[in-house]
Amino acid sequence: MNTKIIIAGVGGQGILLASDILCEVAMKSGLDAKKSEVHGMSQRGGDVVSHVIFGDKVYSPLISYEEADVILAFEQVEALRNLDYLKSDGVIIVNKAKILPVPVASGLADYPKDPIGEVKKFAKNTIVIDAEEIAKELGNSRVMNVVLLGVMAKNVRSIDKNIWIETLKESVPQKTIDVNVKAFERGYSYS
Amino acid sequence: MKEILSGNEAVARGAFEGGLHFACAYPGTPSTEILENMAKYKEIHSQWSVNEKTALETALGASFGGMRALVAMKHVGLNVAADPLFSAGYIGAKGGFVIITADDPGMHSSQNEQDNRNYARAAKIPMLEPSDSQEAKEFTKLALTMSEEFDTPVLLRLTTRISHSKSIVELAERETIEVKGYEKNVKKNLVMPAHARVLHKKVEERLLKLKELSNDFKYNFIEYKNKNVGIITSGISYQYVKEAMPDASVLKIGLTWPLPERLIREFAEKVDKLYVVEENDPFIETEVKAMGIKITGKEIIPIVGELNTRIVKESFKVIEPYKLKETSEKSPGRPPALCPGCPHSSVFYAINKLKLIATGDIGCYTLGALPPLNAMDTCVDMGASITNAIGLEYALKGRDKRKIVAVIGDSTFFHSGITGLIDLVYNKGTSTVIILDNSITAMTGHQENPGTGKTLMGEDTPKFDLVNLVKGLGIEDVYTVDTYDLDAVTNLIKRETERDKPSVIIARRPCILLPEMKKKKFDRYEIDEAKCTGCQMCVKLGCPAISFDKEKKKAHINETLCVGCSLCFQICKFGAIKKVKGE
Repeated sequence: MNTKIIIAGVGGQGILLASDILCEVAMKSGLDAKKSEVHGMSQRGGDVVSHVIFGDKVYSPLISYEEADVILAFEQVEALRNLDYLKSDGVIIVNKAKILPVPVASGLADYPKDPIGEVKKFAKNTIVIDAEEIAKELGNSRVMNVVLLGVMAKNVRSIDKNIWIETLKESVPQKTIDVNVKAFERGYSYS
Repeated sequence: MKEILSGNEAVARGAFEGGLHFACAYPGTPSTEILENMAKYKEIHSQWSVNEKTALETALGASFGGMRALVAMKHVGLNVAADPLFSAGYIGAKGGFVIITADDPGMHSSQNEQDNRNYARAAKIPMLEPSDSQEAKEFTKLALTMSEEFDTPVLLRLTTRISHSKSIVELAERETIEVKGYEKNVKKNLVMPAHARVLHKKVEERLLKLKELSNDFKYNFIEYKNKNVGIITSGISYQYVKEAMPDASVLKIGLTWPLPERLIREFAEKVDKLYVVEENDPFIETEVKAMGIKITGKEIIPIVGELNTRIVKESFKVIEPYKLKETSEKSPGRPPALCPGCPHSSVFYAINKLKLIATGDIGCYTLGALPPLNAMDTCVDMGASITNAIGLEYALKGRDKRKIVAVIGDSTFFHSGITGLIDLVYNKGTSTVIILDNSITAMTGHQENPGTGKTLMGEDTPKFDLVNLVKGLGIEDVYTVDTYDLDAVTNLIKRETERDKPSVIIARRPCILLPEMKKKKFDRYEIDEAKCTGCQMCVKLGCPAISFDKEKKKAHINETLCVGCSLCFQICKFGAIKKVKGE
């Protein structure tokens, strides 16, 4: 069986780096891997979704409804937006970040009162984390995405943890390796 | 060696391995990264063209000179380049000549969902269609050799999910190909009627030979499984079919035009029921039906939008249609928006305030059409802002007092605004044209253009002076204005639209996302809640950094998003927005 993971959030949150690392990790584990996302309009403050699939043989680069083993949402309403993709026994990881879409900011729409509560009503396995707070504790708020990657790694059992660390080290700037590894570990041990 | 590459990266790699000498393109989603990646290979000369027509003609010129040449564009770009495409079909190729069209089923970033396989049939040019990154790389190489062998341009069709999906690719070394050199050959390269009549016959003969090739082509193949159901498919749809219908027999087509008739007949005879799964138009379906073969396609497969595994399963009734979860709260839409500090915002704020009719164009600034700015009436295609204004102005004359302003970006103006502006002067139009000059091609992710003074390969080149260019086109009244000065922008647009004389306003300020702009230090702004009356005038700017708290009835400026453009400060009549010294 292939593993199907959706990473969702808002442009600028580091989603593409996270999904690139995930794909690389899968390839290094000797698996077939594909990922799909849409660039373009979505870069102007729109929502960003990346689908990553790996296993013995991957055909479609897209994940359909009720197929995702893990959904990693960098933002609360993006968790809610992608809920239909989650398998009935899948895990959804929700970062507590709240980024107002422009229609909400300008008063044309409302931000849901409790998106996480709503997600919990439908998903059996929900992990809620304030990754930004953890990143700040580590002294670099930009490693928020790596904290989240750590939480996800813990929930993707088919891949060896060492391969994650090795790939992470290769994917980030030299001088930020330490803080990124720490961020990954904090996410990995989060429960 | 193996690498994970996007389809676009794989095309660039394939071109490199296939000994390509020359590549050009005009940026357009989802094709842009092809040339951006091509430029990383120093063995290939890569350049941005001014539009897709000039690009195709330029690449053909390199092929005349005996170079292996490639041109890339998005699907609608091929409309712009359609004129030379058809001629190139007759002329053929001395050096291998590949034309890439990146279609956008689902219209993630496009104004229509046209299916460019139709161009292959219409222009009588072979078309290859990869279904993952490995094939994207192989097919690019194959297209180069096929082009030389059959003396024809070769179309390579990608779609968004091929261009922007990543999968594992096995890499190879670059093949060294000698440049063949130029030889004068007017009977082939000069398509006047007497020559073209002879060439057309050759084109028809070439198609017959290609059709024969198609039957034995390695990438047109059958995977027999259960013979109750046989599915013909190509491109990304192949992946969805393999996943949705793992037990079906499949005829996978890599050379979409001309289709392998003999192979299709063989497959049709062996399976009980024949289907075709393809995105958008019933292209294969129409051809198979014309062969007199019974096949089911668009009767069950949607014609609008992208496909995916689930849609294929639902179409074959393998599963029931999915019912969305009934959550009591829904996620609000998150449409793209102009960035905080976008230099275009003030122009749209002014257009909205002045209640002008704005004929728009294609670029980031198309987002000025969205609420709360609502400052664009039309958007048709690259360059249409100016020419739409000419016709609309004539239609309104004596019937409607509203004033028209055409809004176009700098790169779009170079692409196809210049001829429109000549048209406006020639036909005595009086509309005002605003050129939003942010010194870059922004929407597609910052590509150089004739206004930036740099080439794709990073060399210095003459920088076009828009003022002199516009004056040279016959516009006497040309003004430049800093878009961070809201009063100056508003007053200038008001004055110029009220006058019955054509004029051009160059609204100038570099894109806020350019690296040199990001480095600049700035003072940011915040709301003085005691003074904020909740009038929401600042909210109408559509700045993502400004939000309105409905309960407190106060505006709020997000301190991490604010880049200190000061436009909201200029708008506020109550002095409720104050400057905070930058660090």
